[in-house]
Amino acid sequence: MPRPNAKRLLAGRGRYVTDITLPRMLHAAFVRCPFAHARIFSVNADAARAAPGVRLVATGADLARICTPWVGTLDHFKGMKSPPQLPLPVDIAVWAGQAVVAVVADTRALAEDAAELVEIEFEELPAVTDLDMAQEPGGAKVSAVLPDNMCFRAGLDNGNVDELFASAAHVVEGDFTFGRHTGVTLEPRAIIADYDPSEERLTVHHATQTPYQFQDLYSRHYGIPESRVRVVAPDVGGSFGIKLHVYHEDMAVVGLSILLGRPVKFAADRTEAFVSDIHARDHRVKARAAVGADGTLLAFQVEDETAIGAFSTYPRTSAVEGNQVIRLIGAPYRLKGYQADLKVLFQNKVQTSQYRAVGHPIACAVTERLVDLAAEKTGLDPFAIRARNLIPDDAYPCTSATGYQFERLSHEACLSKLKALMDYDRLRADQAEARARGVHRGIGIAAFVEITNPSPAFYGVGGARISAQDGAILKITPSGEVRCLISVTEQGQGTEAIIGQIVADHLGVPQTAIRVITGDTEVTPHGGATWACRGAGIGGETALQAAKKLKGQVLALAGTILQANGEDLDLRDGEVVDRANGQPRISLAEVARIAYFRSDTLPKGTDAQLTAAHHFAPQGYPFAFTNGIHGSHVEVDVETGLVKILKHFVVEDCGRIINPLLVEEQVRGGVVQGLGAAFFEECRYDEAGQLTNGSLADYLVPMSCEMPDILIDHVETPTADTELGAKGCGEAGTAAASAAALNAVNDALSPFGAAISQIPMTPARLLKALGTI
Amino acid sequence: MTAPVPVSLIVNGTEVSRLVAPRTTLADFLRFDLELTGTHTGCEMGACGACLVMMDGEAVHACLVFAVQAVGSRIETVEGLAERGAIADLQAAFHVRNALQCGFCTPGMLVTAHALLERVDEVPSREEIRDALSGNYCRCTGYEAIVDAVTAAAQTRCCGGARPADALQDEGVQP
Repeated sequence: MPRPNAKRLLAGRGRYVTDITLPRMLHAAFVRCPFAHARIFSVNADAARAAPGVRLVATGADLARICTPWVGTLDHFKGMKSPPQLPLPVDIAVWAGQAVVAVVADTRALAEDAAELVEIEFEELPAVTDLDMAQEPGGAKVSAVLPDNMCFRAGLDNGNVDELFASAAHVVEGDFTFGRHTGVTLEPRAIIADYDPSEERLTVHHATQTPYQFQDLYSRHYGIPESRVRVVAPDVGGSFGIKLHVYHEDMAVVGLSILLGRPVKFAADRTEAFVSDIHARDHRVKARAAVGADGTLLAFQVEDETAIGAFSTYPRTSAVEGNQVIRLIGAPYRLKGYQADLKVLFQNKVQTSQYRAVGHPIACAVTERLVDLAAEKTGLDPFAIRARNLIPDDAYPCTSATGYQFERLSHEACLSKLKALMDYDRLRADQAEARARGVHRGIGIAAFVEITNPSPAFYGVGGARISAQDGAILKITPSGEVRCLISVTEQGQGTEAIIGQIVADHLGVPQTAIRVITGDTEVTPHGGATWACRGAGIGGETALQAAKKLKGQVLALAGTILQANGEDLDLRDGEVVDRANGQPRISLAEVARIAYFRSDTLPKGTDAQLTAAHHFAPQGYPFAFTNGIHGSHVEVDVETGLVKILKHFVVEDCGRIINPLLVEEQVRGGVVQGLGAAFFEECRYDEAGQLTNGSLADYLVPMSCEMPDILIDHVETPTADTELGAKGCGEAGTAAASAAALNAVNDALSPFGAAISQIPMTPARLLKALGTI
Repeated sequence: MTAPVPVSLIVNGTEVSRLVAPRTTLADFLRFDLELTGTHTGCEMGACGACLVMMDGEAVHACLVFAVQAVGSRIETVEGLAERGAIADLQAAFHVRNALQCGFCTPGMLVTAHALLERVDEVPSREEIRDALSGNYCRCTGYEAIVDAVTAAAQTRCCGGARPADALQDEGVQP
């Protein structure tokens, strides 16, 4: 079932925040700090204030007067700390590219012209630019208000790891480096804040995944009652986790609109996006595995250090990724012992935080590389060692070595499906034949577990006002059509399509008669919206239960009208029919007409409700885990270090599949983001903490000619926690693609005795691994 | 800032005249002066392809052309191509195959695909389509569905075959 909103987008009739113009709207531009760490001595904005079209120049102090600071910590992360943040810094800037002064003018061009006239006197301070500097005793500090650069430290230890390593036949280990990359949503971040002083009302058009979260934040930090704050998220040009964090410019724009009493727009240009969007990953992991003589995995021991920039993001924090790395390592396997140490460290760079498949690609790459090393050591094939160690499909429910509760996963089924999908034996034969010709192909596989359908245990327990529930309101219109208002939001993944599908199925009306409305806090019920793969699993279940409720109302009313028992009736394809034989009795439109316009014909006391509301939050397992496995087939040119990705394979199990077309596109898009991380994408900094590749000419993103066709197959293990049975799939592609690619490249390098454990696997790094340079 | 200068050009078949600042790009002119917001800007340096429009029959980056450079030319944006039915087959194939997600790159993809199909007279291979689309950045789809959709539309245009939706269904792609 293709998406109902796609035709509009295909006609150039999308309406993104970047497209919206409001009456009397002004435009903001920002003067940014040129240094990674600097004291702001003075700001002289006289020339800028006098420039043509300028309406306001605001400093950090101007906005600090009306906005309360925020701190990016969660209560359940014990000992976590982060400096308070304001829209613009008052005295010290902490990364190169941080917005320092805001200029508001009649057009963006005029605002930029004036921004060039602002004179800021900086004193450059020592900058912390790598993980070692961040931990140097007595070294430079990112924040003067904190004792050191440690944001958060955590560990996991189930007790018997030392013993297991001592008794192991083999120990395999690796030091892994994961570069920083970023979301590069094609539509950069965009916001229009519109404060109306006559009603003390704030309307924000915001390219975001999570309008309700921002309604709460704008309300609390600017002291506006929540009922007077409206956040509208229309079409959003890509998000992937990038567009749910609080950004300094966005908070500033709200304040600028309050100061001016007029709409103010800010759309980041691409360079601004590179220096101010959250970055992701940036981990250094030391890991080892204890392995029995027969290839049985016994225990893992892991140290993860991650550099998160100058602040922990708000309100979700920058510690979630590291926390998930240490909890997801080893997740698909039976392990007797597990020990991990996590250090989350500040440095003078832009913040890192949640981006598609938070922590998963790192955990998966570390795990799967260790598994391949163990296979090599024990003479097992990559499929054979996984068959020996994956949690068996009949072992559920069970708990992982790191404490995750698994309801039911399907690793074994996925593994055997992947082998068939890849035509593995033929690929191995092809590899041997190609090697003889001096062509070096590699095959890699990587199993994964993906966190989806998060319960309140994720953020709510930490004190963040981030909803784990979703809400739906379904209304029958007087013409017998259906309006569905739902809190999950649409960024192109197909939310509106699957919600419409679920309502159509469970209410009994054609999908063409259903209008799904998302992304407006004034209209739709409160809910978590889009993050952590919860749209189908939680939003879909919400819609299903609302549809059943509404169907009950329709049939009860139809029963009254027809003088029949509501239970003997059914609603099918927009007609009330006899449940037993499907004989049409009365159309939904006629029921609605009577309810709305001729209630006088109904018996006294008839409850003529044709609107149902339902809210739902997960109550069973804390998460519904999706699982699966990837296969990667690559060809490494050992002369140039260039890698051609020949094909990629995925078998995934996201529970009940509502719409295979949408699931497969989510997986494919995710794979490409994982392959981007594996081979191309990296935010590169120099020693002074300057981002050196902040444009689409320098930062490589995967394009069509480098990407392979991606074969996908499915296993369906519905979760029993919901009637719908759906789990998430949006991060399944990203979770394991880079791990499979890492293993495939290492497989190709194996005849040379060479190996790589750093992503992205650039040609230079591959040639270095080969000893060529 | 230099004083505005008059520009006249034909956009989607209609002659338009405006006063614009010389630094105004064609993309901004289309988006803000003419309110044709189907043309998107993703990088403003010709790398992402979101701003592609047809200019005198060639696909060009509207972010790299100044409005004053377009004086006297014929511009066709995604809105114009859609309204005159020139890309109806591509739109249908993209829709059936779900070859778009957020839709921000889609107008540029359609312009590139249209330009490709205008210049070939047989169905291009997947490699040729991938090569033609190599200047169009899509963060959502993984590209494969787009290649499928362009292939389906090419089969219709070049071979006079079935409508794209039917062609896709014949290949086992279920809408």
